[in-house]
Amino acid sequence: MQSDTDLWTVITIFAMVACTVVTRSFFFIPSKPWPMPSWLKRGLNYAPIAALASVIIPEMVMSQGQLIGTWQDARLFAVLAGVAWYYFKRGIFGTIVCGMAAYLPLHVGLGW
Amino acid sequence: MKPLQRFMRLWRDAEFRAGARDMFSVAPGLASWGLMTGVAMANSGMSTVEVLLMGVLVYAGSSQLAALPLIAAGAPLWVVLATAFCVNLRFVVFSAHLRDYMMHLSLPQRLWRGYLTTDLTYVLFVKRHPKPGEDADHRQQQMRYLVGSCALGWVSWITLSLVGIAFAHAIPPAWGLGFAGILALLGILCSLVSTKLRALSAVVAGTAAVAAFALPLKLNILVGIAAAVCVCMLLEKTASLAPTAKAQE
Repeated sequence: MQSDTDLWTVITIFAMVACTVVTRSFFFIPSKPWPMPSWLKRGLNYAPIAALASVIIPEMVMSQGQLIGTWQDARLFAVLAGVAWYYFKRGIFGTIVCGMAAYLPLHVGLGW
Repeated sequence: MKPLQRFMRLWRDAEFRAGARDMFSVAPGLASWGLMTGVAMANSGMSTVEVLLMGVLVYAGSSQLAALPLIAAGAPLWVVLATAFCVNLRFVVFSAHLRDYMMHLSLPQRLWRGYLTTDLTYVLFVKRHPKPGEDADHRQQQMRYLVGSCALGWVSWITLSLVGIAFAHAIPPAWGLGFAGILALLGILCSLVSTKLRALSAVVAGTAAVAAFALPLKLNILVGIAAAVCVCMLLEKTASLAPTAKAQE
């Protein structure tokens, strides 16, 4: 860490705080009653999972902006292990533990 | 003494405790993700003050990680913000769902809860309370659950972020502990798969987000959401899929 603090970076950080508040509260900021259009309500069935998948799937199958070309990637096995746990046992905690149990030996041990 | 008494009253409340307990069961993923975010911030070249400000206040791991290289490269403010916004688009979607739960509160109360509602909090909350409360009592009970899980989530995230910042030199990034955060989100993703069309939505969104990855500002996330929602809404109308989707709603 460096010792000189840059005012512009501090402004950026506070703007990011505002961004967190605005995005997380987005649709409940306006106080006026606002009947949700029916197409939006239907879309909301699919949008949360789509948003999450768009964030995490690239993190699982890409490195340095490219689709990985090998199966020897610890992340793939971690995802398989995690999904398998969820499918048979349910529970987010088990998904994390099971996934990391597959990930760490392959990643740290074999360098995958 | 007043804030302390208020806290003690909350602490004895069953719903608050349930929220905290449910969050506790997923906290290891959150904590190791916070830890690695702390390490990444400490190694990003920002000053100690900047790292601490970001670690304590921004409270959005994935957008922090996306913003770090941009800040290090001296990218303009609007680029950093647009990127953070796209990474946070999932929260915009969650907020539409949460609107009916929140509108009985004042604006400052809504903003506080919004600020503290992460992916995990949202999923745990709508799982325990699938419908917005019908009377004032019920709504307050729901809010106490939300506040309980927000509180535990915030404390564990901030604590482990600070630990990560302090011990950055001792934790090699090569271990890839941050992947635990992705696995936590994977667990959330699995718990959202309740219909075939929702599973399809995840696959389409993921594929589109990978295909559009080269777009600037993380717009690939927007492309992923748009593609998946369009495909699913079109398929919803076809006879073969609609009944299953409806029946399980």
